[in-house]
Amino acid sequence: MANGEPSTATGYLYYPGCSLKGTGIAYEESLLTLFRLLELPVTELTDWNCCGATTYMSSDERDAQLLAARNLSLARQAGGADVLAPCNACYLTLRKCVDFCKKYKSVADDVHSYLEDAHLPTLQDVAIRHPLEVLYTDVGVERLRAGVVRKWPGGPVACYYGCQAVRPYTEVDRESNPMRMDEILNAVGVPTVPYALKTKCCGASHTGTIRDVGVRLSYILLREAARQQAKAVAVICPLCQFNLDLYQAEMRRSDPSLPELPIIYLTQILGWVLGGDPKDLGVQRCVSGANTVRQWFTSEKGAPVHV
Amino acid sequence: MKRHIKYQVDAQADWGAMVGEQPGCERLFSCIQCGTCSGTCPVSIYMDLSPRRIMALVREGFRDDALASKTIWLCASCYSCSVACPQKISVTDVMYALKREALSKGILPKDLAIPVLAQEFCSMVSKTGRNSEFWLVLRVALRTNPFALFTMLPVAWNLMRTGRLPLGREAIVRKWELPARAAAKGVR
Repeated sequence: MANGEPSTATGYLYYPGCSLKGTGIAYEESLLTLFRLLELPVTELTDWNCCGATTYMSSDERDAQLLAARNLSLARQAGGADVLAPCNACYLTLRKCVDFCKKYKSVADDVHSYLEDAHLPTLQDVAIRHPLEVLYTDVGVERLRAGVVRKWPGGPVACYYGCQAVRPYTEVDRESNPMRMDEILNAVGVPTVPYALKTKCCGASHTGTIRDVGVRLSYILLREAARQQAKAVAVICPLCQFNLDLYQAEMRRSDPSLPELPIIYLTQILGWVLGGDPKDLGVQRCVSGANTVRQWFTSEKGAPVHV
Repeated sequence: MKRHIKYQVDAQADWGAMVGEQPGCERLFSCIQCGTCSGTCPVSIYMDLSPRRIMALVREGFRDDALASKTIWLCASCYSCSVACPQKISVTDVMYALKREALSKGILPKDLAIPVLAQEFCSMVSKTGRNSEFWLVLRVALRTNPFALFTMLPVAWNLMRTGRLPLGREAIVRKWELPARAAAKGVR
């Protein structure tokens, strides 16, 4: 593509990042199934690399930005459609690269000369989008409501947005008290509870390195959700899902009164109420509250439900 | 509470300015020491120095205290402080700048696996272009506390039985396009 030529691409270029191929594979399965149901074309970005992530920024700022830049350059090579980055950390890192290139000439120069050395196209405006924002803005609450074919059998849900999706380089939702996930779920017949900790840190990779601290942060999130009578937590980030899901057994050893809360991706809930097959949505991969999840996600598809 | 007196002669005034020159850190000197960063920080209670104190130390040039703190590594990059700061300082980016210098100078707090994770993550991704979650965790544990692997077994088992723990090593195809390789070949 020549410099300056506007993009004519349609659909979305899917940037999985490491987690959606591993611990967060249910997010990939449910996302792709949901987008298929909504007839939104999605293509995986060819030969994508690690986004650079939070951890890389701690060691080498320049290379962290260059890793992010290669992905954006590949997106341009692939036609320049919007990049769909479902992991909150990938979403932030890719957008931070764009933001820093605009703000700091030194970063823009580094990126430019690296892409030249690597024989990759220079950066152009590529939009980096999060599924929540795409569902809210491109699809819209009304279309989601109209597509509902199953009645939600589960209880009320606490919507947990996590940290890096809503700040600071973002268009997903407002940074204090985001409500888009709540609005979407309410529209498709899933009740939500007020959840003051919806953007508080889950502990991120600390659960693996300084376990007491990491698990404690996740515990506080779950305890608050339980106190609000939530029967599950809806998430939009693979690391949030991992921490809240996998460490619950450990939390219950120190606090047996903590109820088992399924940690479900927004895309799994939506995919299911819109008629997707539970297997295709990866719901069998939930660890905490697995029996509850199995019960909720087995009721039959009915006639279109008006919610 | 023990009180530590800081003496001007122990500070390196120009060091603070150097930190302030890094991308994202330019507002450092506008800090009014209000403590909003420490108040919003979800991990400040586990830190040896609060984020507000780190900001004051960096500004005055108390390099060794700032770099040797656990604080900079406990920062989980949730950006709460950065969006809450009334002076619009990206505290998160200042923490990153400090982490980078501490790592490159080898000034690391003892028995903390977080900087080891950063090292291993970068060494893996700079070579292969991707992060293989299983191998990363294994390498960090072997370098810091191999016994921790036993405590990780229940989590690992739950991941494996639900098909969430691939054991293969991930890599991109065109590795020559990675920053480390492209720079070696290129004109710079």
